[in-house]
Amino acid sequence: MNIIVVGLSHKTAPVEIRERVAFAPTAMEKPLRLLVGLPGIAEGLIVSTCNRVECYAVSRDADGGLAQLRRFMTEYHGLADAELESHLYDFQGEEAIRHIFRVAASLDSMVIGEPQILGQIKTAYGYASEFKTAGLILNRLLHKAFSVAKRVRTETEIASNAVSVSFAAVELARKIFGTLTDKTVLLIGAGEMCELAARHFINNGVSSVHVTNRTHERAVKLAAEFGGKPILFENFTEQLHQVDIVLTSTGAPNFILGAKKVEEVIRRRKYKPMFFIDIAVPRDIDPRVNDIENVYLYDVDDLQGVVQANLKERHKEAKKAEGIIDLEIGTFFRWLSTLDVVPTIVALRKKLEEIRRGELEKTFGNLKNLSDKDKKSIEALTAAIVNKVLHPPITILKKTQNDPSGDSYVEAVRTLFELEPPTPEGDLESLDDKLEE
Amino acid sequence: MSVNVLLFKITLLLYFVATVLFLVDMIWRREAAGKVARWVLYGGFAVHCATLVSRYLNTGYTPAANLYEALSFFAWAVVGCFLAFDLRYRLTALGAFSCPLALALMIIGSAATKAPHELNPMLDSWWFPVHVTLAFLGDAVFGVAAGAGVLYLVQERMLKSKKFSSLYYQLPSLQVLDSINYKCLTFGFPLMTMGIISGAIWANSAWGGYWRWDPKETWALLTWFLYAALLHGRLTIGWRGRRAAIFAIIGFLCLLFSFLGVNWLLSASHSFKALEGR
Repeated sequence: MNIIVVGLSHKTAPVEIRERVAFAPTAMEKPLRLLVGLPGIAEGLIVSTCNRVECYAVSRDADGGLAQLRRFMTEYHGLADAELESHLYDFQGEEAIRHIFRVAASLDSMVIGEPQILGQIKTAYGYASEFKTAGLILNRLLHKAFSVAKRVRTETEIASNAVSVSFAAVELARKIFGTLTDKTVLLIGAGEMCELAARHFINNGVSSVHVTNRTHERAVKLAAEFGGKPILFENFTEQLHQVDIVLTSTGAPNFILGAKKVEEVIRRRKYKPMFFIDIAVPRDIDPRVNDIENVYLYDVDDLQGVVQANLKERHKEAKKAEGIIDLEIGTFFRWLSTLDVVPTIVALRKKLEEIRRGELEKTFGNLKNLSDKDKKSIEALTAAIVNKVLHPPITILKKTQNDPSGDSYVEAVRTLFELEPPTPEGDLESLDDKLEE
Repeated sequence: MSVNVLLFKITLLLYFVATVLFLVDMIWRREAAGKVARWVLYGGFAVHCATLVSRYLNTGYTPAANLYEALSFFAWAVVGCFLAFDLRYRLTALGAFSCPLALALMIIGSAATKAPHELNPMLDSWWFPVHVTLAFLGDAVFGVAAGAGVLYLVQERMLKSKKFSSLYYQLPSLQVLDSINYKCLTFGFPLMTMGIISGAIWANSAWGGYWRWDPKETWALLTWFLYAALLHGRLTIGWRGRRAAIFAIIGFLCLLFSFLGVNWLLSASHSFKALEGR
């Protein structure tokens, strides 16, 4: 059995193409059923987000399966072959496994390390489970992909540094102040980015927010929104010494805060650090403020620079993540094969034992005059026969479990004895619990 | 080679390994290396304790009577002090500073003559262990403060210039580094003060005079004033952050000079020659 994938992503296709092949999240049953109905396809899963559309499948014939998937992608959306051909990529075997691990771990995302993709894959897997198009192998593959993604998140710092300007400000504040819980933020002016940053600060523990605005009513309104305190714009500098973090974005044409004033304030604060974030263009705060002891001033460009540096860090961390994935691919292969053999052996024994019990009951029902001792001997005899019959196949199954040929023996035993496929371990809910640990 | 010299070498080796591991963690960000480094350092510290005890049993006096012993004692205090801070803060960056410092002290020490000698009987009083223990613990605490100071300045530079190297992501917040500075000051200053007082009492019982203005005493007093000024500045005018960090670094350099420089450059009763019973 081979794991295969065909798809396209932000790396290979522009949005005009991606939007035409996207699968509607509300109607996943039909495409999933069509997918597993294709000749040679045993299991199927469809991941469809705004940045990627991918069909994962399990097929006995990898190349044939890939051709089927390609045709499915084009025909389902009523496109011509030529339109999609150059945008589609495909992987099989080890490369397919690597691909889903990388996607789940957010290494293939537009912004490396962004967390949404894992949830999107979980949703896709949810549909595949609901409509029973994910079987033994895809179940395992996806569970493994989730645990790999979790390992990458905890063992690398791929997602630990901010890649948005407003959150970068919060992280800088943490670098300066450590904890933010007892800190006070002053919001000067209004503006989307400023308010967003203020919200980030509140979500990260800042307890006290002051708001000031040239139009006092605005300040009052905004303060009510944040549960903060409005301050008259005319005398906000009088309160400045009580404030640790200042966020400004006014429309003022000149600096509203000069170095001299801030120097006064910092002395009044006994040099307790202050962090100024100036999001306004033109700037609100004299850049020389940054030269004052224990005062840090960041404007929009500075914050952009931080974001760029953080992105570079994420790319470095991604290299570590690739190492983890390399390891996990190996363990997945081994795990897959061992777990395949054990339930097969269990099912095989159970099947033969059922047959034996059934036949014994029939025989004992016919031969009413058997003594208990005779019954016992007959029981022992049948058990011995079953064990003797089972011994060679079980030995071979165990022996070949790490060989490439192992799969075909498992497959053969399952087909010859008509064994039910084993149920996947755990359902989605319990998996989520496991991931939360 | 006597047992304690062998133990000393094992300690040196373990500190070396821990140093390398800390640096690997810092530079290539292998957190596992930092974890192992701590265990190696705990091991090294344990062996170091054994070294000091065996030296004590061997010579019969507190192992701080010649340069080799004193450096080893100093390094022991630095490592102990770092481990104590690490329990609370878990600061790999500080380990990457303290551990090489201890290693350097050990290496300088291993270059010094190791042979034990008779202690000048005049100096053999129980004020000797009290004085050196207090003084070295104080020095070690100030060493950690200087480490935190260096890290503070590095990070402050990056935050001000807005240029971030990959070290930036490894450093604790300025606030944590500054509070280490403060904690070290509140521990180190009393230790140093008591070290100087106990030294004076010892000097009085040995030489019949509390203070003789030998270069080491003068330097120690100078350093004491420096730290006193910093403590005062912190508590009253709000000297913190950058200024406190610079003070901690200068203070520690003075300490190192009064410990090593005075021995090498200037001769005094504190040079270890004076401790020898010749």
